[in-house]
Amino acid sequence: MKRLVLLLPVLMVIGLLVLLGIGLGLNPREVPSPLIGKPAPDFHLPVLGDAELRLGNRQLQGSPALLNVWASWCVACLEEHPLLLKLSREQGIPLYGLNYKDSSSDAQAWLARHGNPYRWSVQDLDGKTGLEFGVYGVPETFLLDADGVIRYKHIGPISEQDWQQKIAPLLAQLRGAKS
Amino acid sequence: MIIVRTAMLWVLLIGMQATAIAAQPAELDAGQLQRYHKLTEELRCLVCQNQNIAESNAPLANDLRDKVQEMLLAGRSDAEIKDYMTDHYGDFVLYRPPLKPATLALWFAPAVLLLAALLLVWRLTHRHRGSTSTTQVADAQSVQRILTSGTSREGQP
Repeated sequence: MKRLVLLLPVLMVIGLLVLLGIGLGLNPREVPSPLIGKPAPDFHLPVLGDAELRLGNRQLQGSPALLNVWASWCVACLEEHPLLLKLSREQGIPLYGLNYKDSSSDAQAWLARHGNPYRWSVQDLDGKTGLEFGVYGVPETFLLDADGVIRYKHIGPISEQDWQQKIAPLLAQLRGAKS
Repeated sequence: MIIVRTAMLWVLLIGMQATAIAAQPAELDAGQLQRYHKLTEELRCLVCQNQNIAESNAPLANDLRDKVQEMLLAGRSDAEIKDYMTDHYGDFVLYRPPLKPATLALWFAPAVLLLAALLLVWRLTHRHRGSTSTTQVADAQSVQRILTSGTSREGQP
């Protein structure tokens, strides 16, 4: 009994070290979004390349879709760009862009240079729509269901692994639920 | 030369300080300004996570400050502004997390752990003192025995 009491501090220290180890393994940037399960915030913004036309979340509804927040000044966006191109061109994944705090000419030049995976992109020049979506870094990707409800938020560039393990299964599930 | 350099560094630092403070909203009245400062000090910047939005120079912090100002001008209450922030960015945005079932451990674990530690210390010292007192009694008895036996042995021859 006395030994057990003496061992207690040691056990507590081991417990704290385990918690510390888990804490170090977590990514503090991955803040859970409170918007999951809620309808996507309303937006109605000029389309990149055709400022006369304005599109919004109503045009995203009808089938599950991905909304990708991107910018030409965003270095990490280039990391996921080949994957986005592949998903869009080879698999026909409905991918839409929210061009965040960018200039129209820079954004268009960037797409011309690297390829355009988006069905369309809208321009969020002052970042106000981004604020409504709780965007705090680019890239971020939202998975919306057919009713325009946010089902998943991915922070940072999407890797092949993220796609295979997290986003693709959710998308398949949403598509299954619809049919 | 070194003095000149340090002086230049100070000038630079003071200059930077000034730009950080300079971001003050002009249109707010005194009361609103006070609330603005209090709110921006309590809201966390999500880009540079260990700074509040009053201190941070990140573009997002600037946007959030603008939003706070906009909502103050629209006559919203402090609670409404905080609700807006948590609705979009989660409780993480608040430096003072709200009290709710998910945060019970966060709020009370330190006090509970402290009490448990105090209890443990008290029990250990209590038992320890108890055991020393019995050994002291035993020691005293054996000393007595040795002394008496010693005196008797001394007295025998």
